[in-house]
Amino acid sequence: MNFVKRYLLPRLIIYFLVIFIGITTVFIIPRLLPTDPVLQTITRLRAQGAYMDPESTQRTIETLQELFGLKGSLSDQYLRFWQRLFKGDFGPSFFQFPTPVITLIKQSLPWTAALLLTTTLVSWFLGNILGGFAGYFSNQRWGRFLDYFAMVIRPMPYYILALGLLILLAYIFPIFPLGGGYTIGMRLTWSLNTLLTLLRHAFLPALSLLLIGTFVWFQAMKLVVQSVKNDDFVKYAEAGGIRLNKIATKYVIKNAMLPQITGLALSLGQIFSGALITEIVFSYPGLGTLLYNAIFTGDYNLLMGITAISILVVTTSILVIDLLYPLFDPRVRYK
Amino acid sequence: MKVLKDLLRDGKFAFGFFVLIFLIFLAILSFFSPYDPYRWNLVPRDMPPSLSHILGTTSRGQDVFWELCFAVRNSLIMSLIAGVLSRIIAILVGMIAGYKGGMADRFLMFVSDSFLVLPLFLIIVLIGSMAKARLNLVSLGLLLGVFGWAWDARVIRSQVLSLRERDFTYTSLLSGSRTMSLIFKEYMPFLTPLVFATFIGNVSWAIGMEITLAILNVLRIETPSLGTMLQWALNYQALLLGYWWWIGTPVVTSIMLFIALYLLSISVSEYLDPRMRVQRIGKA
Repeated sequence: MNFVKRYLLPRLIIYFLVIFIGITTVFIIPRLLPTDPVLQTITRLRAQGAYMDPESTQRTIETLQELFGLKGSLSDQYLRFWQRLFKGDFGPSFFQFPTPVITLIKQSLPWTAALLLTTTLVSWFLGNILGGFAGYFSNQRWGRFLDYFAMVIRPMPYYILALGLLILLAYIFPIFPLGGGYTIGMRLTWSLNTLLTLLRHAFLPALSLLLIGTFVWFQAMKLVVQSVKNDDFVKYAEAGGIRLNKIATKYVIKNAMLPQITGLALSLGQIFSGALITEIVFSYPGLGTLLYNAIFTGDYNLLMGITAISILVVTTSILVIDLLYPLFDPRVRYK
Repeated sequence: MKVLKDLLRDGKFAFGFFVLIFLIFLAILSFFSPYDPYRWNLVPRDMPPSLSHILGTTSRGQDVFWELCFAVRNSLIMSLIAGVLSRIIAILVGMIAGYKGGMADRFLMFVSDSFLVLPLFLIIVLIGSMAKARLNLVSLGLLLGVFGWAWDARVIRSQVLSLRERDFTYTSLLSGSRTMSLIFKEYMPFLTPLVFATFIGNVSWAIGMEITLAILNVLRIETPSLGTMLQWALNYQALLLGYWWWIGTPVVTSIMLFIALYLLSISVSEYLDPRMRVQRIGKA
């Protein structure tokens, strides 16, 4: 009961508050900006050569206002915005009219989720273990080599690193496909061949996410380990003659990993954004590419839908990590 | 000057420093450019690097070298605006939250937590694409400044929290100094290294963001910057056509810039305070 009150409840409250703020921001931004999406859509229709007499223009404006949720007073709009959100209704997409936005998002979300989940987990473990060993045995040559490597990879923005890999491994040495999630015209069936194609297409995006992720965790872990290394219990274990490898894994890394779990929760939003950017570079059929199309076609409904869904997905994943944390840290459990 | 000499002994700092000096030199050079960066077809198109055009020319008939000078200048100005604005917000929020504590602290930290947790990139893209073509470099800098302070405010807050408990705080309060003078005279010297290191990190983030947003076509594409330069090259399929000098220039320049800024921030903060290393973790 104490656990629920002191740990679970505050986190749930913050979770709902953050979602509330995020979604409200998504609602406010288009209304604060000087551009009018309705007017823009009409201008675009006109530019495409559609002739409209004043009456039909008026009707179009009303329909568009309805579709964008721009009818009525601001508080009415806000209430309806939430009502529609709960039903998962973001209106139709303009880029693939009249497919509902939610259908498009449902199609792309699994690609992003699969890519993100595997790369985040793998890079987190890999980075922490490498960083743990490199921090504990800090005089080894391979550790310093990894350190220099990290200094080059770490500051790269996702876009530049992904583009670099694309140029290197798809243009100069054409080992991997230039983009896409599968070969054009291929049917997705359950077979080894399909799986291999999927993996081959996912390789470069995954590699760029892995590279950045691993070295971010590598550096963070190394710093934590360097301070844990001098703690009394480690000195005691060393004096007691326990094998160094065992001290590194069982004593040092295990303890240093705890702050890294919180770190994972805090940086998930950035990792998610990075994955979207990477998808755009490799035109991987996930949310990122959908976002790209939405921007280029000026599809506001789709843009807002993607942002709202992303806020939900990211905050929920952070909540899950937060709630799993007591499993790893007995100190929180028994408080 | 002695500080600079000491710092230059560090290989990391020396590398970062000279790359940055070189880029600033390029930025200054842009004031003497023989070409107008907004006009097309001033030079023959698609020429590989030669003596008259050191880095070749683009398909838009622009000289890559002079375009790069303008691009570096604009990117640097934009990121400085973002860095300075977000520093001001971060210092204010961190100080108030750390010094006042209580409700103010809880509220401000909740706001900064929300900023950390939300996928801000998407919100920036949303703003950018709705304000289409109105977002110039200054407004982009301000926008990024508004969004880039959350983590740094937390770092500053934790530093203020520990400063508040030290004896000199009580000494100076009891001897009647005002809160403002306490904060600016006594606390600022402790915070300067933090502010400086996070400033460099933020500048680097802003430049990366600018590149990403330019690729997404939510910026004014006529203004030369590292991002728009890359975007033009990609748009004209410089990669497929083999114009490596065109696409390579912004890519290599920005890679050098990112590494330089990163090395600078590492070595400056190590020089100022070795314990700071621990505080820099997690700024992914």
